[in-house]
Amino acid sequence: MKLTLKIWRQKNASAKGEMVTYPIDGIDGDMSFLEMMDVLNDELINKGEEPVVFDHDCREGICGSCSMFINGEAHGPDRLVTTCQLHMRKFKDGETITIEPFRAAGFPVVKDLMVDRSSFDRIQHAGGFISINTSGNTVDANATPIEKENADDAFAAATCIGCGACVASCKNSSAMLFVGAKVSQFALLPQGEVEATNRVLNMVKQMDEEGFGNCTNTGACEVECPKGISLENIARMNREYLAASLKG
Amino acid sequence: MALDSKIPQGPLADKWTNHKNEINLVNPANKRLIDVIVVGTGLAGGSAAATLAELGYNVKAFCFQDSPRRAHSIAAQGGINAAKNYQGDGDSTYRLFYDTVKGGDYRSREANVYRLAEVSANIIDQCVAQGVPFARDYGGLLDNRSFGGVLVSRTFYAKGQTGQQLLLGAYSAMNRQIGRGKIKMYNRHEMLDVVKVNGKARGIITRNLVTGEIERHSAHAVVLGTGGYGNVFYLSTNAMGSNVTAAWKAHKRGAYFANPCYTQIHPTCIPVSGDHQSKLTLMSESLRNDGRIWVPAKKEDAIAIREGRKKPTELTEEERDYYLERRYPAFGNLVPRDVASRAAKERCDAGFGVNKTGEAVYLDFASAIERYGKEEAYVKGLNADDKALVTELGAAVVKNKYGNLFQMYEKIVDQNPYKTPMMIYPAVHYTMGGLWVDYNLQTNVEGLYAIGEANFSDHGANRLGASALMQGLADGYFVLPYTIGDYLSHDIRTGPIPTDSPEFEEAEQNVRKQVDALINNNGTKAVDYFHKKLGKIMWNKCGMSRNATDLRSAIDEISALRDEFYKEVRVPGTQNEFNEELAKALRVADFLELGELFAKDALTRNESAGGHFREESVEEGGAQAGEAKRDDENFTFVSAWEYTGVPKDAILHKEQLEFENIELKQRSYK
Repeated sequence: MKLTLKIWRQKNASAKGEMVTYPIDGIDGDMSFLEMMDVLNDELINKGEEPVVFDHDCREGICGSCSMFINGEAHGPDRLVTTCQLHMRKFKDGETITIEPFRAAGFPVVKDLMVDRSSFDRIQHAGGFISINTSGNTVDANATPIEKENADDAFAAATCIGCGACVASCKNSSAMLFVGAKVSQFALLPQGEVEATNRVLNMVKQMDEEGFGNCTNTGACEVECPKGISLENIARMNREYLAASLKG
Repeated sequence: MALDSKIPQGPLADKWTNHKNEINLVNPANKRLIDVIVVGTGLAGGSAAATLAELGYNVKAFCFQDSPRRAHSIAAQGGINAAKNYQGDGDSTYRLFYDTVKGGDYRSREANVYRLAEVSANIIDQCVAQGVPFARDYGGLLDNRSFGGVLVSRTFYAKGQTGQQLLLGAYSAMNRQIGRGKIKMYNRHEMLDVVKVNGKARGIITRNLVTGEIERHSAHAVVLGTGGYGNVFYLSTNAMGSNVTAAWKAHKRGAYFANPCYTQIHPTCIPVSGDHQSKLTLMSESLRNDGRIWVPAKKEDAIAIREGRKKPTELTEEERDYYLERRYPAFGNLVPRDVASRAAKERCDAGFGVNKTGEAVYLDFASAIERYGKEEAYVKGLNADDKALVTELGAAVVKNKYGNLFQMYEKIVDQNPYKTPMMIYPAVHYTMGGLWVDYNLQTNVEGLYAIGEANFSDHGANRLGASALMQGLADGYFVLPYTIGDYLSHDIRTGPIPTDSPEFEEAEQNVRKQVDALINNNGTKAVDYFHKKLGKIMWNKCGMSRNATDLRSAIDEISALRDEFYKEVRVPGTQNEFNEELAKALRVADFLELGELFAKDALTRNESAGGHFREESVEEGGAQAGEAKRDDENFTFVSAWEYTGVPKDAILHKEQLEFENIELKQRSYK
């Protein structure tokens, strides 16, 4: 396949960025999108130019590192995949592909396509945990049976990989799908109940401070989420938040 | 220097309890006066950082990723073992211990493995309390499944994303401590040297990957939870960033590197499709619970399939060779990973491979789909003879168990594994070698600890499924936090360690010199060129099958490649910015040294053990004919290598392994 790539290049957080066009040839349908980027970078390095910087690590769709905005969509045109699991067979010979970083106030650009998502970590520091002593003196795990349905729902929420596609695809740069998933996981488990009030209040407060917008029920986040995290989590977070606010 | 493993006296079952009772403790008020550095934030490093902070120590944690949540432990799929005997199928601490020692081909340390089995049950309790959503049955109790090499169901799981859930559990425990200010987290930092003061590890030198700044960090002890070095093969199931640098730098500062040649080859990975490939993707071993492995029985069918003239589904049951079930009736498809991997390679080498390159076998779910479908039909009172209905019902059950794995396979291979069997082939996965540690998980450098995959102690020559997550968390949550106290109890009056000493200065200059040299090299070839070349040598000559001639030439080739690297590598950009090529170059430089030691270790070990088939060491006759032959008389030891300058001149120290509780026997899964 022969392709034209239009890629956002930006030297560092304070530099001005621009779109740069790169032609590329010899791309195979079995390659992943990132392997196609590897081919481009190899060519750039061999020409003595600087390779395009992008975040990536596991290349199995689970670490949540990769974060490209491809042809106007987070992680590109395929559904339920991250960029590392997107394959070039989804593109046509001769196509022009536009590649940008995830753009949001809460995700400042580090370089080229790489953004700083530490705001997600700070939201977690504010309450994304259950306060138990890591001593090994906990009760037997089967002492508190958990309804299979709740365990499954908690698991489904917990599969969020923190990639930020929800933020990138939201017109308000809202992080509510991410935060909703975290709140839901713990709200659905008996172990997390004790701190539920503080957790949701603290996490939502931090989310606002990080500059993420509000949810206006457009639903783009759910569509673009590589892990299929459901909007139901936002609804659950809102219910938890309302209940917590009334209590508080 | 003599190796002292510090294994406590007394009966095996009492060693850990007695040891905990006897070692020194640090008063809670004094823990505030002590700093600990933890490098790596996966299951081992993350759980250790959280627990040390919980205990009251000041923790500085480092990872090269943008967040601890992205450590590669997150990609582990299948599960975590624990001797809870919830299923009542006869499991016990002893059985988990026995299976692990046997599975490791009797090349691990008895006392460490027993302790691992002993604390395994605590891990599950701990993780459930943290909100890790393990799979549950309809009664609300935890569900289990079985893994290769064992006859009980002791594996706890969260669909095919167990590693993710366990890592997020450790990460959330870390978050709580970061929020409290007890952990100071350094993301996007790479450790590039260990600093020793008066023989003790007292700090590290790091490079901030975003700004390029070289920094000094001091502490009373340094813990490495930096994972394994499978990426020395270039293609492996490891994340792209996984590297050996921290452990290797520790080795160069005096820590012995143990059993470097022990690599686990995982039997069920997606096969290599072409030269462009950047990494390999694993399909959880748990799939072998339900998937049946086969190749065509006749070579002409294999050729027809390779050439696209026949489909696997066209072959009748009789035209297929379920070679694992045929050769190992007792364990069948659930033989351990090394046995399954070698058997797949044997069939493909004999010409029965099923993909274009002839390096793939089938993992087939058709019978499982039918079996589950019929069961569901009976339960629901539907027609169990309706084939389409049974297939639909069965596929739904399989989807519930392994859905994400099937989806992943379909995205990568572009084939629907519910309809056509998966193609799989062995790939480099986990490294059992690592820094030598004593029973306290301390390396032979005082104050320097290694945990999880970064150490060598628990897995022997092979790792059974679902035991890596177990070791990472056992070390981090329950072992290191106790044992490190014994060492730190001598440091309550030391006060903060200054970073302006000559030792820190020397280490920093050492790092700066290396960075400058690479940046200013102006060669002609990219870093990956060397990494790929190294990977080819490693796979062809130090992979699943080895012989002395190839290993000798591997040592020379790697040494020559290293020379070429320093002459010809080109690193674009500058050092004071985010520069991935520079980071890669620093890592590949270390792989180019480790690879040589790896080959030397493999050469020294003239026996077949675990996945390491030594062509000179094969069972000749009898029921085990053609199987790997271990040599207990000459090789019941741990190789611990001392760095002397060039890896091929490293000095071998042997730790004899004592088996007092388990009789060494030929492993047979027949």
